[in-house]
Amino acid sequence: MIGLEIHAELQTRSKMFCPCPVVDSTTAEPNRYVCPVCAGMPGTLPVPNRRAIEWTILTGLALNCEIAEYSLFYRKNYFYPDLPSEYQRSMYDYPLCLNGYLEIETPEGSKRVRIRRVHIEEDTGKLIHIGGVTLVDFNRAGVPLMEIVTEPDMHSVEEVKAFATALRTLLRYLGVNSGDMEKGVIRFEANVSVRPKGETRLGTRTEIKNLNSFRALVRAVDYEIRRQIEIVRSGGRVEQETMGWDEAREVTVPQRGKEHAHDYRYFPEPDIPPLVISREWVEEIRAMLPELPRARMARFEQVYGLTRYEAALLTEDHRVADYFERAVTLARQEEPVVEPRTLAAWITGELFRLMNEANREIQDVRVSPESLVGLIRMVQRGEINMNTGKLVLREAFETGEVPHRIVEAKGFTQIRDVEALREIVLQVIKANPKEVESYLRGKEGVLKWFVGQVMRATRGQADPQRVNELVREALEARRAARSSEDPR
Amino acid sequence: MALSRGEVEHIAELAKLALTEEEKALYAEQLSAILDYFRKLQEVDTSGIAPTATVLPIRNVFRPDEPGEPMPRERLLQNAPAQADGCFQVQPILEFE
Repeated sequence: MIGLEIHAELQTRSKMFCPCPVVDSTTAEPNRYVCPVCAGMPGTLPVPNRRAIEWTILTGLALNCEIAEYSLFYRKNYFYPDLPSEYQRSMYDYPLCLNGYLEIETPEGSKRVRIRRVHIEEDTGKLIHIGGVTLVDFNRAGVPLMEIVTEPDMHSVEEVKAFATALRTLLRYLGVNSGDMEKGVIRFEANVSVRPKGETRLGTRTEIKNLNSFRALVRAVDYEIRRQIEIVRSGGRVEQETMGWDEAREVTVPQRGKEHAHDYRYFPEPDIPPLVISREWVEEIRAMLPELPRARMARFEQVYGLTRYEAALLTEDHRVADYFERAVTLARQEEPVVEPRTLAAWITGELFRLMNEANREIQDVRVSPESLVGLIRMVQRGEINMNTGKLVLREAFETGEVPHRIVEAKGFTQIRDVEALREIVLQVIKANPKEVESYLRGKEGVLKWFVGQVMRATRGQADPQRVNELVREALEARRAARSSEDPR
Repeated sequence: MALSRGEVEHIAELAKLALTEEEKALYAEQLSAILDYFRKLQEVDTSGIAPTATVLPIRNVFRPDEPGEPMPRERLLQNAPAQADGCFQVQPILEFE
């Protein structure tokens, strides 16, 4: 049984309780975006960021949660150098959102993973360990951090992966979090327990922290499940403890040193008045909900006739889905019409391949939807063949040049003049009498070789189908000529 | 209600205070007296009252999401006991063994 706790920074413009800008803490100069409030100076007054509250409610609505009518910030007290005020402002028994679910796709079909709660807190600073000392950077301190807690509803590593992916996609759709795990803006913790088949009581769970990539999440959960099964099989007992993930050795290790950490002595934050969430406000926020990933996926299947797989690929990143839909609109406006399925195939095939190779996201792709549609039209009109089309796409991807210019500049235009093509075919046949001979003796495979030679002679600008026909025609003409000369 | 020596030690540990034996005894007594005093509150019937986080009538104090000017780093760090590379420097912390 696996439950997840997800911490996602809300990418608002300013911090949770003060106007300091929210910056990329992996690149910003340390401690340049800090003020007396987020530095935890005495005598300062925190004032909650309205947008951060709204975005948390928005996320709660997207996760089918009940939105609390009353919510309260607490102080969670513990000492750690990344926490300047020695307490973290967080929520406790009055979270903003409760009892929701997120639907995920599993090999057995769709499944609901229940969401226990969604609340808001402030992020901590960042510790940098170098040369035997620890440095503290407070740029991240006070950044709004949303905590999403699931019920232990996941039963396999695959479900964990499906949930994590679906949640990240959802947050991106909502525009509240970029999902960049490598920048630490979204972080996962997993609670893992095992129990023998048929047993209804939950086993003792361990908590794995420090999972800062999808890979780490999946591997750590996988490792921990095996480790616990091993212990239970050999008659042992799983200890309830907090584990860390050792990336280098790929093992979970018990995390020591925070034994007292569980006594947080929560009490209501006296500096922040309680929140009363009117139903009108909730409805205003609900009106801000965009079309959500699953709805968009279903629409892509129905309206554009895509497969579930294609629809899922295209809707995983809303910017890709936007790109696709822009292309679909353009594709309808002119003849020859390019079908949505054709576009889906080009995007999920060639374009995704190029993006993966270059490790580039759709917003950095220099082939506009206009260019892509134009390129596919050239293929459909027979001006270039499929292979040339792929080459042109690569060129456009790399240089940002418009496809039809690439085709002109490189002389890629397919040879459509049948007479010119026939001329080349005859030349090739004439130059290779031995191969003609073996074809006439029954080696049909030589035909392909001739097609290859012609394609080379035309620098790939001929339609292979057409060349095939012409070569066969020419060779058969030879055969006919020979049998009339030399009847046996 | 008398606090045990162990409880006093636990509270001191949470507050990162190093207490002498005399202080522990003294604080056990004083903290117990404070708790006894607050126990009077337990005598009040609160069965019909919702948990109260504040007695002030203020609710929903928010600010718009507009970034402002942070403080100069030099000022931020001016009270730091030690600093390096624009950061506060603290005793080394081992997060993992």
